[in-house]
Amino acid sequence: MSSIMASRVRQRRIAQLISRGKRLDGRGLTDYREVQVEAGLIERAEGSARVRLGKTEVLVGVKFELGEPFPDTPNEGVLTVNAELVPLASPTFEPGPPDENSVELARVVDRGIRESKAIATEELCIEPGKKVFVVFVDVYVLNHDGNLIDASCLAALAALLNTKMFNYEVKEGEVKIKPGYKLLPIRNFPVAVTFAKINDKLVVDPWLEEEQVMDARLTMTVEKDGKICAIQKGGYGYFTAEQVFEASKIARQKAEEQRNFLMKE
Amino acid sequence: MPVFYERKQLVTPGDLLAENDYLAGENTHKENGKIYATRVGLVNYEDKRVYVVALKSFYVPMVGDTIIGKVAEVTLGGWVVDIRAPYLAMLRASDALERPFKPQKDDLPSLFDVGDMLIAKIVAYDRTRDPLLTVLERGLGKITRGQLIEITPTKIPRVIGKQGSMISMLKQETGCQITIGQNGRILISGKSPEDERLAVMAIRKIEQEAHTTGLTDRVTEMLRKEKGEKEVVKNVTEKT
Amino acid sequence: MSQKKPEKLIDENDVRLDGRKLNEVRPVKIEVGVLGNADGSAYIEQGKNKILAAVYGPKEVHPKHLALPDRAVLRCRYHMAPFSVEERKSPAPSRRELELSKVIRESLEPSIFTEYYPRTSIDLFIEVLQADGGTRCAGITVASVALADAGIPMRDLVSSCAAGKVEGRLLLDLTDVEDKAGEADLPLAYMPSANAITLLQMDGMLTGEEFEQVVNLALDGCKQVGQIQREVLRAKYVVAKEAETEKEETEAGEE
Repeated sequence: MSSIMASRVRQRRIAQLISRGKRLDGRGLTDYREVQVEAGLIERAEGSARVRLGKTEVLVGVKFELGEPFPDTPNEGVLTVNAELVPLASPTFEPGPPDENSVELARVVDRGIRESKAIATEELCIEPGKKVFVVFVDVYVLNHDGNLIDASCLAALAALLNTKMFNYEVKEGEVKIKPGYKLLPIRNFPVAVTFAKINDKLVVDPWLEEEQVMDARLTMTVEKDGKICAIQKGGYGYFTAEQVFEASKIARQKAEEQRNFLMKE
Repeated sequence: MPVFYERKQLVTPGDLLAENDYLAGENTHKENGKIYATRVGLVNYEDKRVYVVALKSFYVPMVGDTIIGKVAEVTLGGWVVDIRAPYLAMLRASDALERPFKPQKDDLPSLFDVGDMLIAKIVAYDRTRDPLLTVLERGLGKITRGQLIEITPTKIPRVIGKQGSMISMLKQETGCQITIGQNGRILISGKSPEDERLAVMAIRKIEQEAHTTGLTDRVTEMLRKEKGEKEVVKNVTEKT
Repeated sequence: MSQKKPEKLIDENDVRLDGRKLNEVRPVKIEVGVLGNADGSAYIEQGKNKILAAVYGPKEVHPKHLALPDRAVLRCRYHMAPFSVEERKSPAPSRRELELSKVIRESLEPSIFTEYYPRTSIDLFIEVLQADGGTRCAGITVASVALADAGIPMRDLVSSCAAGKVEGRLLLDLTDVEDKAGEADLPLAYMPSANAITLLQMDGMLTGEEFEQVVNLALDGCKQVGQIQREVLRAKYVVAKEAETEKEETEAGEE
């Protein structure tokens, strides 16, 4: 029943510390919180992973369905990303149809995977122009303590990396499941790095209280070769061009670190 | 103390008007010692003050202003009045009745009903609440006759003129009673619809040409010409 | 009924399908004050894009619980007409329209002095009547003009333009065909007086250096668009002034 808004005194303290290059939780301006990844915990899903980024917790499930390809890509499978800000994750999440925040989250996660061509969508084609696999990536936010984007992208990638594609054969126009499976081939490893602008300084991986104080947020998704494949600015403030360029340099470095961490797990 | 525009030049939001020593006047904003325009309009420099006469803006209530409002709702203790501003105004029964308000006896809609127009004065207004009105002064109260027109509130000073020169001329030339609401509404009450039409025409012209000079003379001329023509037409029709 | 995809989008002389050079913005035409009921409005044609923007407010917020105690709340609805695209689009708001409504609102909010009007709302409606790529940018551009037309006090106008990479070349203001076939698209919105980038998105793939070049290209596009916005707002006033001088001249001639 308590208000999650930090008091003004605390908000000022957070902002003041950042001006001096320090953060309330002792992190450096470009440090991530502790990350924990657990994969394969939902056996009914073809792929799943849970990421804990500090106290933020996101669960991603991957499911396959049969469907039709899009007319302009007859040989490719379909990717659909959906995100739910489940009401139990925060007193600020209300039950109901997806609001702009959950839609934005889903689309940013989608962009990272799609633009980096992480999923080999040709492998999902069963019958060109007629039947393909549709990959559903469902992002389920379980606890909101800031930076849902980075946690969700990491969880989505971890889930895809352990997604099983069941073996099948096509008999008389019908798809029949055979025993056994192979891992979904993943060709790229996009990682999102989100910055908050507070008192004109950029901080990486803002936690909830920092998000309440920030002017604006900037997310850059970087793929395995250091190319940027998605960018999303959010919030009511702005960034200067210099800050944007500074962020892109830091993002590439931090994405590499996060990616190495994930691949080891 | 540099300035970047000449007097009466057109500026748009974000245009840098002056630096440092200047004071930020109406429709400008000072940041880091620089003064920028916040609305489209004509920039002016007066002494050490820079301000912009906005082409278009809406009325922001000010305590003491006389305004013309329209009753939008009758409530338990008074009325909600539309004053053509971002906020609806309140008129409490105690500010409309000369004696204490008795809910059982006093029937508020019979005093002012939804759709009635009133001339009222703003007695209170701040950031935390809606403006409060009163009609308990001379000249205030329900409007029962006349024509109402609406113009951009920024042009109201022009309709009044320096020391009331424009409005006295209008009253004289048209023979109409003209009540001006600071919120951009003007009540015209004349002896005939023709007279009222002249007044409306004059006010529309002032609204169009508010930024020009010699306006009072031109409006006077236009009114006289219109009245003159009317006389000619009358004579012609009478002859035939 | 899909169109045949053209062979090449840019020829050997770096000329695009519509005849433009790489760093050219499409022809822009803006009209101010086009709708009678709205407090402010504007209409833009940029290439084949045709977009209308209308502003209502500041006014009392409905429902009341959405009001903010210390400033106005800006609400924005970006919507595409069913006939605006090649294949008819359902009138129901799509997820894309929901996301764009959010980022457009966030691109314009920094420019408005919302703190001057607590407990009110400023409602902004952007209707795309015909779309050909870059509609969110053109939408922001025309919305900013509509806000100025409504007499809402602003820090600055917000100008918007996209840049990207197509067939290996970096270019400005992508059309729909260029966006779909290209390697990257980066929409950007800019407020010059504060050196503020208020909208920044990208989808595609760019190296670090390409990214910096594309951002600078987009900023240049925004400056070009900004000049047109200002000319158009000034022109509205000038027309009134010209009408007056014309009349004076004819009257002088009659005497």
